[in-house]
Amino acid sequence: MTDVNMQVVIAGVTLKNPVITSSGTYGAGREYSEFIDLSRLGAVTAKGIADVPWEGNPAPRIAEVSGGMLNCIGLQNPGVDVFLERDLPFLREAGCGVIVNVVGHEPDEYYRVVDRLNGVQGIDLLEINISCPNVKAGGLALGTDPAVVEEVTRNCKRYASQPCIMKLTPNVTDIRAIAAACEAGGADAISLINSITGMKIDIERQTFALSNRTGGLSGPCVKPVAVRMVYEAARTVSIPVIGMGGIMTADDAVEFMLAGASAVSIGMANFIDPYVPLKVIDGLRDYCIRHGIASVSELTGAVHA
Amino acid sequence: MKRKETAAVVSQDRIADGIFSLWLQVSFAKEAEAGQFVSLFTADGTRLLPRPVSICETDKDAGRIRLVYRIAGAGTEGFSKLKAGDRIDVMGPLGRGFPIDLALGKRVLLIGGGIGIPPMLSAAKAIRLRDPDAAVTCAVGYRTNDRYLYNDLSAVSDVVVSTDDGSYGVHGTVMDAVRFSDADPQLIFACGPKVMLRAVKEYAKTKGVPCFISMEERMACGVGVCLGCICQTTGIDEHSHVKKARVCTDGPVFPAEEVDLT
Repeated sequence: MTDVNMQVVIAGVTLKNPVITSSGTYGAGREYSEFIDLSRLGAVTAKGIADVPWEGNPAPRIAEVSGGMLNCIGLQNPGVDVFLERDLPFLREAGCGVIVNVVGHEPDEYYRVVDRLNGVQGIDLLEINISCPNVKAGGLALGTDPAVVEEVTRNCKRYASQPCIMKLTPNVTDIRAIAAACEAGGADAISLINSITGMKIDIERQTFALSNRTGGLSGPCVKPVAVRMVYEAARTVSIPVIGMGGIMTADDAVEFMLAGASAVSIGMANFIDPYVPLKVIDGLRDYCIRHGIASVSELTGAVHA
Repeated sequence: MKRKETAAVVSQDRIADGIFSLWLQVSFAKEAEAGQFVSLFTADGTRLLPRPVSICETDKDAGRIRLVYRIAGAGTEGFSKLKAGDRIDVMGPLGRGFPIDLALGKRVLLIGGGIGIPPMLSAAKAIRLRDPDAAVTCAVGYRTNDRYLYNDLSAVSDVVVSTDDGSYGVHGTVMDAVRFSDADPQLIFACGPKVMLRAVKEYAKTKGVPCFISMEERMACGVGVCLGCICQTTGIDEHSHVKKARVCTDGPVFPAEEVDLT
């Protein structure tokens, strides 16, 4: 059989393959370029960028849990000006797709960043992280309220020149309502899941393992939750879904695509093995060959009862 | 060039209660510098994050590195079971080490506390290699008279010892040993618990001596992307333009005045 067509199209943007690296686990690509050739990746998602530098939380920010990790980094970032001046020039020369993740404490902060990125060359897609704690909503993530999600999506679209992916928090009762709100607001795609809120207690010291008490759970332990949510979201909307949550192997990636993902994103696995994204790309191709599939995009939503 | 690989265990010995010395065959021994560290990965699929361990010694000709670590939990306990011929995943060399260039021709004081002692051996050896006549003093603080690495340190430096329980050397902290030693350093390198580093920084400031300290923090990526292992800095950091530097890549060795240890 001839080679597999590995290309996928997300919101009109063609990626050479469906494998993306997740925001917050890949910097802006530079650090992992010491390990792998970034031009082989479908896309790199740069770490979340705010309108001004964010300090993040105090240490300790990391705790290991069985099959995963908790983090409370607190979205430390240098702000959009430094990103544009220092990080983007490197990333746009890397030869992979470029997704820029946007964070904010309240809606206006998102719009300022999106507006600043408007028309900037070398950014293929924006990813709007609506899992950040919203200051005006008493720290509740704005991504938990469908009406707010729809409004923020609509406004981001108004300011953005690039297609917008809304990145969903899993810390909701019904992910379908949030996915539908994104689509209603004009989102070009959605990505999920962000990390699941968790907690670890150090029983010897009888205190919290993380400075922030709670943190985001990620890694292979969240994968079944993520697959279920990708499935539910993909059945609800007609825009593309980017699936993520604990992907460690090509088999995991296939599972997300069968559940309805058009592309997949690698997060914590980068920390454990920087070569995982390349192994997933190669493994996806091998899977397609083994199953007589001509184009990897045929996997999307192909699960049947 | 950083890389992740599967390394062969050359040998492992228990050198004190809960302290192990592990020699690994790696491809990057030639590049590894004093004060740098490696990430060690467990074979247990539920404990996924790497354990950062400082490099204690390198044998560049044989392509080997020596790691001396303390059992701190189930992950490191797993490492302690490794025997010659076993395999372990390792990433390295990581981080910025000690500025050995600055030590040449100077009276250098190396201060190590507890499991902060191993990187001081790599520093002492690196200085000696470049300058065989270097005047290197090691002040090392132990809990008790187990004195791991004492003989290795004695071979390359003058050593003063403190123990918490007074069972050997100066009864007290490593700073008590430093004061006892009459050291008149022109440069200080240090690694140990935060309370010790605070005292070292203060001592260096009083003496007006340049000082570099090696920091420790829980890590995830080990290569500077996750921002999990930050330390508070006195000035705006280069990466995020806040006051938080990455221990894994901006450090672990920092000029003492750049780290806020309060």
